Amino acid sequence: MASTPVRNKSFSTVNSDDIIYFKKILGEKGVVEEEEKLDDANTDWLRKYKGSSKLMLQPRSTQEVSQILHYCNSRCLAVVPQGGNTGLVGGSIPVFDEVIINLRSMNNILSFDKVSGILVCEAGCILENLISFLDNEGFIMPLDLGAKGSCQIGGNVSTNAGGLRLIRYGSLHGSVLGLEAVLANGTVLDMLGTLRKDNTGYDLKHLFIGSEGSLGIVTKVSILTPPKLSSVNLAFLACKDYTSCQKLLSAAKTKLGEILSAFEFLDINAMDLVLKHLDGLRDPLPSSKHNFYILIETTGSTESHDKEKLEAFLLQSIESGLLTDGVLAQDINQASAFWRIREGIPEALMKAGAVYKYDLSLPPEKMYDLVEEMRGCLGAEANVVAYGHLGDGNLHLNISTRQYDDSILTKIEPFVYEWTSKHRGSISAEHGLGLMKANKIHYSKSLETVQLMADIKKLLDPNGILNPYKVLPTSVLPQRGEEEPKKEA
Amino acid sequence: MRTTTSAASRETASMRIMVAIKRVIDYAVKIRVKPDKSGVETSNVKMSMNPFCEIALEEALRIKESGRASEVVAVSVGPAQCVDTLRTGLAMGADRAIHVEFPGTLYPLSIAKILKALVDAEKPGLLLLGKQAIDDDCNQTGQMIAGLLKWPQGTFASKVVLDEENKVATVDREVDGGLETLCLDLPAVITTDLRLNQPRYASLPNIMKAKSKVIKKLTPQDLNIEIRSDLEVVQVTDPPKRKAGVILSSVDELIDKLKNEARVL
Repeated sequence: MASTPVRNKSFSTVNSDDIIYFKKILGEKGVVEEEEKLDDANTDWLRKYKGSSKLMLQPRSTQEVSQILHYCNSRCLAVVPQGGNTGLVGGSIPVFDEVIINLRSMNNILSFDKVSGILVCEAGCILENLISFLDNEGFIMPLDLGAKGSCQIGGNVSTNAGGLRLIRYGSLHGSVLGLEAVLANGTVLDMLGTLRKDNTGYDLKHLFIGSEGSLGIVTKVSILTPPKLSSVNLAFLACKDYTSCQKLLSAAKTKLGEILSAFEFLDINAMDLVLKHLDGLRDPLPSSKHNFYILIETTGSTESHDKEKLEAFLLQSIESGLLTDGVLAQDINQASAFWRIREGIPEALMKAGAVYKYDLSLPPEKMYDLVEEMRGCLGAEANVVAYGHLGDGNLHLNISTRQYDDSILTKIEPFVYEWTSKHRGSISAEHGLGLMKANKIHYSKSLETVQLMADIKKLLDPNGILNPYKVLPTSVLPQRGEEEPKKEA
Repeated sequence: MRTTTSAASRETASMRIMVAIKRVIDYAVKIRVKPDKSGVETSNVKMSMNPFCEIALEEALRIKESGRASEVVAVSVGPAQCVDTLRTGLAMGADRAIHVEFPGTLYPLSIAKILKALVDAEKPGLLLLGKQAIDDDCNQTGQMIAGLLKWPQGTFASKVVLDEENKVATVDREVDGGLETLCLDLPAVITTDLRLNQPRYASLPNIMKAKSKVIKKLTPQDLNIEIRSDLEVVQVTDPPKRKAGVILSSVDELIDKLKNEARVL
């Protein structure tokens, strides 16, 4: 595993007085000490990291969050804010015995304005539930990702989640209009604006968006939701090489323009893996093996216009040799089946064994070069699988092996990070730094920038109790501890 | 009586299959009742080919691909937008299509009468339909047209096998008790059930070919059919909301409720 941190000795340990206090504030139900429930909460979705927290708190209101944090800060008890626990960089689970503060009980939708499309809700709302709610109102969430059945909006905002529709609706930095957050000392920061434009002072919400719970706990979110447009079309396409994929992307941006809503790619290894490990899926293009598959989605208001535009574009692309084959979904069921293939890759990787996961932003022309170099380097030792948001220049590079093996890891890291850094890419396009990349930020950010981040962290969380050991490197944050961490399997 | 091989293959090769398809609200859409309760919301809602019709068309294409038919004709009755559904059918592989345009409400008997007129003109050896449409769930059109044509019918088909000379179709039907196998003399009407096949996707090369395929436009008047509405929809409402269940604390309480509230004991 990557460099293991040492438990900060300045953090206290939970004692019985603490439990009594928490039960007083949250009630019996809000204080979880059962091993089984804690087991889940201590383990990340990838089953790669495991903490040893003995306590999980489930506040039901911002007031309760404020009281808990104020208390924990005064006692110097470290905490981990937790939502759906679907993060992929070990950022949502404890490293040692940090108290887990899970927001699942704060799942109310507070208001929705049908004219502006502005939704205000609590941070524990599950993304899929918000999508369903909005569906009834004729709107959609501006983000969509495979984890939607479990992830919570507070977590999405705290990690600045990207997803499948970023190419159309932009990042959360644009669609989140306001939020309410609680600082380490319990101060409630009400920045829950519902205004499209508000240039009054420094826009602090942006600090919290993407800070992975290290600057404050997001408790409420106000988000601008786009109207649901009736005409959605999805094509599943095949390209013979990566250059064609890139050219197809450029062509799609120009020819499909305003109706383009998703552009995803997966390579043949990803396709084979998904068909092998997931039930009920069939190859949309079974007639031959293709090296690259592309999903293009369009969303617009006029079915006939969009379909015509998309068909014309696709037929032209076949004629010019950019595409070798493709199918067009004729109903929502078929479209879901195509998406299931792309969205099911992480699950398939889990079923295949161990996975080393890298989420990189790279210049589009260079992206696949890294995949091929990795393949050359690892050979038969591992299955190098590539897929991602080609439209956003975001590669999900996954190295699949039977078991975790340090000798394989040394061949991957720091090579992947150095390669990315050399091409001025990002070592974490959307997954965040979490625990996995806590000491890797310098591959993508300058020393001065990181130092200022550390200063801000110290300002907002002087005791460092919020999600410690994560995001920023230990070298820039004060560490006072020599206790040895438990060895992980 | 056996005919010679060449005559048989001529007969096999010349069989035409007609498939009736319907344009309905997409199966995955959440249905909303209009505020005035006159029907369901269809504006701005995704429409697609009825899933059972898709299965019927897929079966027709497979029969043609096995060499047992020479032509698959897709037909649809309804408003102008039916053309979109027929285009999907052509993109799947149907050779040509017929659209009988009628903007108003259509019930199974009217459809059956129109289909009879089309069958009389086109003379297919096999008429395939979905067992029912997912919007009205009538499950009547196939049976009615078989009656009008006086053709044998195999409904809820989960398997269809044609004999070498296209004289007999052996159909497995999904019925309450299990499966029933019928032998039908052709020409016949077969309606398709879910497990018959998994329809193919519309591939880009086929979508390209479909652009040059013909969709013939007709009206009910052209076929000398008068559309009569013997039925009138009075009201459409949501089903009543399910009441929340009650958790009981003892068997005695259960018996009490069964006796005095539900009155089943």
